[in-house]
Amino acid sequence: MRKSVLVLLAVTMLVWVSGAFGGQIVMDGSTTVLPFGQAAAERFMNENNGVKFSVSGTGTGNGFKSLADGSAQIANASRFIKESEIKACMDKKVYPVPFAVALDCIVPIVHPSNPVKNLTKAQLKDIYSGKLTNWKEVGGADAPIVVVGRDTSSGTYGTWQEMIMDAGEKTRVTQRAQVTSSSGAMMTAVSQNKNAIGYEGMGYVGDSVKALSVEGVAASSAGARNGKYPLARYLYMFTNGWPEGELLAFMNFMLGREGQKIVNSTGFVSLQDVK
Amino acid sequence: MRKKSDIAQNSFGGRGDRIASYLIFAFSVAGVLLMAFILLFLAGNGLPVLKEVSIKDILFAFDWYPVEDPPALGMLPLIAGTVSATLLSSVMALPVAFLLAVFTAEIAPRRMRSGIKVLLELLGFIPSIVIGFLGMMVLAPWMQGALNIATGLNLLTTSILLGFLIIPLVASLSEEALSSVPYELRDASYALGATRWETIFKVVVPYALPGISSAALLGIMRALGETMIVLMVAGGAAIVPRSFFDPVRPLTSTIAAEMGETPVGSTHYHALFFAGLILLLITIAINLASYAIEKRGVRQ
Repeated sequence: MRKSVLVLLAVTMLVWVSGAFGGQIVMDGSTTVLPFGQAAAERFMNENNGVKFSVSGTGTGNGFKSLADGSAQIANASRFIKESEIKACMDKKVYPVPFAVALDCIVPIVHPSNPVKNLTKAQLKDIYSGKLTNWKEVGGADAPIVVVGRDTSSGTYGTWQEMIMDAGEKTRVTQRAQVTSSSGAMMTAVSQNKNAIGYEGMGYVGDSVKALSVEGVAASSAGARNGKYPLARYLYMFTNGWPEGELLAFMNFMLGREGQKIVNSTGFVSLQDVK
Repeated sequence: MRKKSDIAQNSFGGRGDRIASYLIFAFSVAGVLLMAFILLFLAGNGLPVLKEVSIKDILFAFDWYPVEDPPALGMLPLIAGTVSATLLSSVMALPVAFLLAVFTAEIAPRRMRSGIKVLLELLGFIPSIVIGFLGMMVLAPWMQGALNIATGLNLLTTSILLGFLIIPLVASLSEEALSSVPYELRDASYALGATRWETIFKVVVPYALPGISSAALLGIMRALGETMIVLMVAGGAAIVPRSFFDPVRPLTSTIAAEMGETPVGSTHYHALFFAGLILLLITIAINLASYAIEKRGVRQ
């Protein structure tokens, strides 16, 4: 009698555990999306008992691969899906559905005392590749340009590399560039050095530095949303088919007020104004 | 009256001693095993990088672009960063620490001596992140203005701050080595008519030299392994420095900055462990060199 109770207990436990695992949502892909994707997943888990997330960042391309082979339910992407990736998904009967979840808006920053107000994308590329080394070449004072970048593993670095350095011909950031390991360190490095130029996600740029406009357009949430600011792009989450159940609930959460607030708090730009 | 050595010998082999000796043996074996495990772990995670990139391309190439496809993993600038920062900080800090130790142990009046010792120990307790923070917010901007250089985050600033880190450590350890020199030696030296200068530098310092050199060695290792200061003030540019005002990117700060966001098992991940292995090998090399020097010194 007692044994059978134990067996019953064990069976219910097993069912419960496997049910819990069955409810796990795997999110994989872009490291740029990772900060707010992870934060949103954590918040969603807290508010909805029983939903389990597993989040990792292996790059946009790998995210699509995981979506195609079914090991991930959400693929985070810092760019739109390519035709070859759509085909790879369709071959496995996976239908990628895109959701734009946030805007990524990068702002070049300099010391507040720097007279330079505007740079073109080409000038930024030449500065970061080490071709332009003096501020007077771009309309500033006669002083050396100190290039400050982010660590190669940071999402911001990736965005900068794609939007500036890889525009046209792929180019490396000069080795003489100083490297900072966090947004805070970047802000300190630029605000403490009158010769410095750096870049940062729009949400992190504070008053201690001066934001430059690019191609004559100043960075603003509105400019990022209407596409006028050149260094902005959409970030996506892709699901297999139209999401259902918990997955749908999460996408609604992500696109709703709370999710968009998380987007803002991690330095990205929300799709609409959220106060 | 029984001599001390008799007591030690006669009471050896009792049950209490056996238990104690087994215990000590077990702990020391555990320590050695732990060290071996760390070494194996480092080698196991670092060596796979050699499957993707040749050792020549790691040690002698100038390009550190680890997230490119294929990755460029030239660690020569990183090694140069570590070696230059360690060397420059040692050259600046060790003589200061040595003289400070001699002054404290031999020259300063007794009351001042204890004051300096307390101060040294307090300075030694300052967390490196605080030194780094001061360097970043105070020293670096000041240097940039005063010397009119492009950036204050450079090799010289880093070395000065590393010097601040190791001076208290080396000075207080050297001071202990100097004060433990028996007073009979000093008395004998004075009795032979030697001056204070001659006594200090021909009798006391040579006697304390093994202690002083091991203190210096500890200081060098501390500078070599320091991560936070170099992460904050070295500038982080992966270049071989040509002047004191060039930014550098030592191995330690590279590992600290890049490990967090590197996919586990990637070539970059293994390369960072390999960087750790290189650091360990440099440490072992310094240790062996000092051991050899010490041995030669004894033979003479």
